[in-house]
Amino acid sequence: MTGTGLIDQYRRYTRNRLFFILLVIAGIVVVGLYAVISGAAGIAIKDVMSVFTGGADNITNQIVLHIRMPRVLAALLAGLALSSSGAVMQSILRNPLASPFTLGISGAAAFGAAFAIVVLGAGNMFDGSALFEDFSPSIGSSFFDRFGDRYLVMGSAFIWSMTSTFFILAIARYRGVTPEVMILAGIAIGSLFSAGVSAMQYMATEAELAAIVFWMFGDLGRATWHEVAILSLLLIPILIFFSMMSWNYKSLQSGDEFAQSLGVNPFRIRLSGMLVASLATAVVVSFYGIIAFVGLVVPHIVRRFIGGDESFLIPASALFGALFLLLSDTVARTLFSPVILPVGILTSFIGAPLFLFLLLKGLGKSYWT
Amino acid sequence: MNITLRDITFSYDKDPVLNGINAAIEHGDLVALVGPNGSGKSTLIKCINGILAVSEGEVLLDGTNIRTIPTAERARKIAYVPQTEHKAVPMKVFDAVLLGRKPYIFLKPSNSDLEITSGILKQFDLEDVAMRDVHTLSGGQQQRVFIARALNQQPDILLLDEPTANLDLKYQMEILGLLRSLTQQNITIVIAMHDINMASHFANRVVMLKQGSVFASGGREIVTAENVEQLFQVKVRIIYENGTRFIVPVE
Ligand SMILES: Nc1ncnc2c1ncn2[C@@H]1O[C@H](COP(=O)(O)OP(=O)(O)OP(=O)(O)O)[C@@H](O)[C@H]1O
Ligand SMILES: [Mg+2]
Repeated sequence: MTGTGLIDQYRRYTRNRLFFILLVIAGIVVVGLYAVISGAAGIAIKDVMSVFTGGADNITNQIVLHIRMPRVLAALLAGLALSSSGAVMQSILRNPLASPFTLGISGAAAFGAAFAIVVLGAGNMFDGSALFEDFSPSIGSSFFDRFGDRYLVMGSAFIWSMTSTFFILAIARYRGVTPEVMILAGIAIGSLFSAGVSAMQYMATEAELAAIVFWMFGDLGRATWHEVAILSLLLIPILIFFSMMSWNYKSLQSGDEFAQSLGVNPFRIRLSGMLVASLATAVVVSFYGIIAFVGLVVPHIVRRFIGGDESFLIPASALFGALFLLLSDTVARTLFSPVILPVGILTSFIGAPLFLFLLLKGLGKSYWT
Repeated sequence: MNITLRDITFSYDKDPVLNGINAAIEHGDLVALVGPNGSGKSTLIKCINGILAVSEGEVLLDGTNIRTIPTAERARKIAYVPQTEHKAVPMKVFDAVLLGRKPYIFLKPSNSDLEITSGILKQFDLEDVAMRDVHTLSGGQQQRVFIARALNQQPDILLLDEPTANLDLKYQMEILGLLRSLTQQNITIVIAMHDINMASHFANRVVMLKQGSVFASGGREIVTAENVEQLFQVKVRIIYENGTRFIVPVE
């Protein structure tokens, strides 16, 4: 084999990886369109088009613009955030079990939400209307009808999850910024917060209990343009940051000492990566509740297709996660229509067996053996 | 590049692991670092690399203190192959060796990065496995990947911690021969190794470390039966074969 033959081979390999990414983007477009036209109220493609050209009736306008579009975008953005965070965390912690929730974010966010509902008195106004898409009395199918309560719960969830993140990163700074310390601290803090949630549930009234439980199922029915706007503004710099860091994350794969000899500071890279990934996760979780398994499983699936090179793995995981969550949410919406399953339940149902399947197919054998 | 070690002292906890080490390594030297387990070879290499900060004394590269050189620039000057069991690297051999170009790459490798990488892969006999995952290679093949990656940094100084530990006889000779030929291309090399015969055949300078201090240092001629016996606490004999000296342990 000649030298140029080798380069050609490598270029072909790179093209295949790019092709995978293009395929996923095409999938997003197709599923996205399908998601907008399908649901309890059937809407034809041409009616969707007319929403943008201005010829649609009021109800179609409302459903497409204020219910389905924000929901589709929320699924894409949440999937993007959770999966890219998962890929980054698995890389920098060199651990196949790392996920966006490794630092105990889900537990902390759930505690924050429960705290707001029980102690701060938010969310007493819960009614089950959010379960019925397109028929929700409040357009946007918001979970909590009182505007203030909704943001109180979100804010509390966010503040508590970032508090737990900072706490764990502080422990890591003190005890050594190693994968082991971070993972173990995350587990400890996570179970502390689960205990906190249990305590809150014990103190809660029946209505509050229902609100806590419903908050904990990740549900994209809560999506409104507000969160979509905030998420996209936040995710653009985050994804740029991850891309710029990809060569640093790659270097960490061969061990910290080797990374240092390439001019990488493992401590700084790990701290900043965990912080940014946790931030993305905390925002998604406080907006939409706990959507499990997406951030854990998606990077593993993507690795099967294109390998573990972070320059490709991170963007590909981000996009594949978007597709995965959109697909899950669309199924959750249409499976028992007009009743909608919270997508968090569905992702756990699909994600856990999928993870086991990958495990049986040798996920542990391919990487981190 | 010249490396000057001036009164280096280093400790992980309380007790010093390196104790007042002095050495002057000249441009183009191939230095073999030998000594018993725990004598401080790996630690010294990490100090030369700047990964560990010395407690006292200084490491100078052409007169400049290593810790004052920015890490990015350092990575273009010094490459390092660690001793510790390599982590299973979840990527293709080509990508793993390409990673050596990191100090020169911002987001995307250039054509010349790919060309240099492909040249190195050929030089290390790795073209046939270039598109395989690193963890599917044998231990010796993996070791060659890591040495190839270090050279891909195009360093002035190459530090290797027991690089031949996993290699078969042919590749031990080949890699050490290759490393020696690199010194002709102005690369200064320091190798920690256990094979005292290989050390005296390939290196032009030998530094013997004992309990964190330099026990002896100089040309190959310091590899005497007496020095080796004192260094390792074993009885050895010298045999001559075709005019070459070999040291063999005796019961
Ligand atoms: N991270 C560490 N923390 C504390 N002590 C250490 C650490 N690494 C090494 N040491 C100690 O420093 C001393 C020198 O270790 P070093 O690894 O430099 O020896 P070495 O000459 O490379 O040995 P070997 O031939 O076994 O590789 C040993 O006593 C070892 O126990
Ligand atoms: Mg050692």
